[in-house]
Amino acid sequence: MRGRFLAAGLALGSVFAAAAATAAEGQSGAGLPQLDATRFAPQLIWLAITFGALYLLMSRVALPRVAEVLETRADHINDDLRRAEESRGEAEAVMQAYEKALVDARSKARAAALEASEAAKAISEERQREAGRTLQEEAVAAEGRIAEAKAAAMGNVRSVAAEVAIAATKRIGGFDVDAERGAAAVAAAMGGRA
Amino acid sequence: MAGPLEQFEIKTLVPITVGTTDASFTNASLFMAIAVAAITVFIVGGMRGRALVPGRWQSMAELSYEFIAGMVRDNVGSKGRQYFPLIFSLFMFILFGNLLGMIPYSFTFTSHIIVTFALAAFIFVVVTLVALAKHGLHFFTYFFPQGAPLATAPLIIPIEILSYLSRPVSLSIRLFANMMAGHTMLKVFAIFTVAMGVFGFAPLAVNVALIGFEILVAVLQAYVFTILTCLYLHDAIHLH
Repeated sequence: MRGRFLAAGLALGSVFAAAAATAAEGQSGAGLPQLDATRFAPQLIWLAITFGALYLLMSRVALPRVAEVLETRADHINDDLRRAEESRGEAEAVMQAYEKALVDARSKARAAALEASEAAKAISEERQREAGRTLQEEAVAAEGRIAEAKAAAMGNVRSVAAEVAIAATKRIGGFDVDAERGAAAVAAAMGGRA
Repeated sequence: MAGPLEQFEIKTLVPITVGTTDASFTNASLFMAIAVAAITVFIVGGMRGRALVPGRWQSMAELSYEFIAGMVRDNVGSKGRQYFPLIFSLFMFILFGNLLGMIPYSFTFTSHIIVTFALAAFIFVVVTLVALAKHGLHFFTYFFPQGAPLATAPLIIPIEILSYLSRPVSLSIRLFANMMAGHTMLKVFAIFTVAMGVFGFAPLAVNVALIGFEILVAVLQAYVFTILTCLYLHDAIHLH
């Protein structure tokens, strides 16, 4: 492709040069310097030479260097971007692990707290139950004592009542009542009530 | 005093004759050679460090590369990759030719119709050859747009052929006329500056503005020439 361009350029240049050379024989410089056909040939020849040289220099030497530098830079930037992406992925993994550890620790702490509070509750319930039992026992014992005291007191009341009844019978009736009969009579009068 | 057109005169520096043809090394040849040397130094010198982080010079060399590469990519397409060195050489050659001409006492080789026409004709030939190589005889359908009524063919085909053939003419005359007109104007106002004595500051001020304008034109015309070449290449590769 390059060769073709160059060949076309050179061919074109020489065609124009030839045309100019033939045209130059007819007239010579008057008026605009641009229309002086005698000076066409050297311009065309040197245009072909210089432009051809420029094309070769650019396509073979200059432009590949620029392209190389630009490519290297693009590669470098892509490389850096890729590395940054990787680092970000790593950081995210670390972050996730950290968050997972945090969540784990939190749930573990919650479980431990729950366990501890349940244990405490169980202990306190146990204590409460024990205390309740002790109290009940004491209450039962106390009730027993009270009943005993009451029975004793009732016994006393009966004998007192019997005595009072005997004394009252003697005072009112004027006769003695045997203590045993008196007591039986009092007991009968009180019925099952004591 | 030198006339405004004297700056365009071709002066022989080293007379050379090949056969009967005059192949003298002239001031035009000199500035073509200087342009080639300057472009090569600009690119190769800029890239000598091959730095990963470019300095100013390397940035400029890379910028010009990427500018033309982008232009070829956008206007010709991915198939235009192989023409990139040619388009790049063309742009830099015209750009440096135009800009070197802005230096006082230098010579502007792009202000000569024969040079711009030769470049344009070269582009025309290359584009036509590419089109013929890619599409063969199918290339000639380019002159009759698809979908146009057949009855319009006698009108459309000559117009299309004429517009195709006028490409090198418009391409070359645009560049030549811009460069020549600009440099002539600069010279005319410079002559006024000298002729008007004390009041010469007015044309001098005009010239200051004109120089800035001419530098813009120098870059713009190189760009226009190159982008039109890209569009022609695109037509040649894709046919419409």
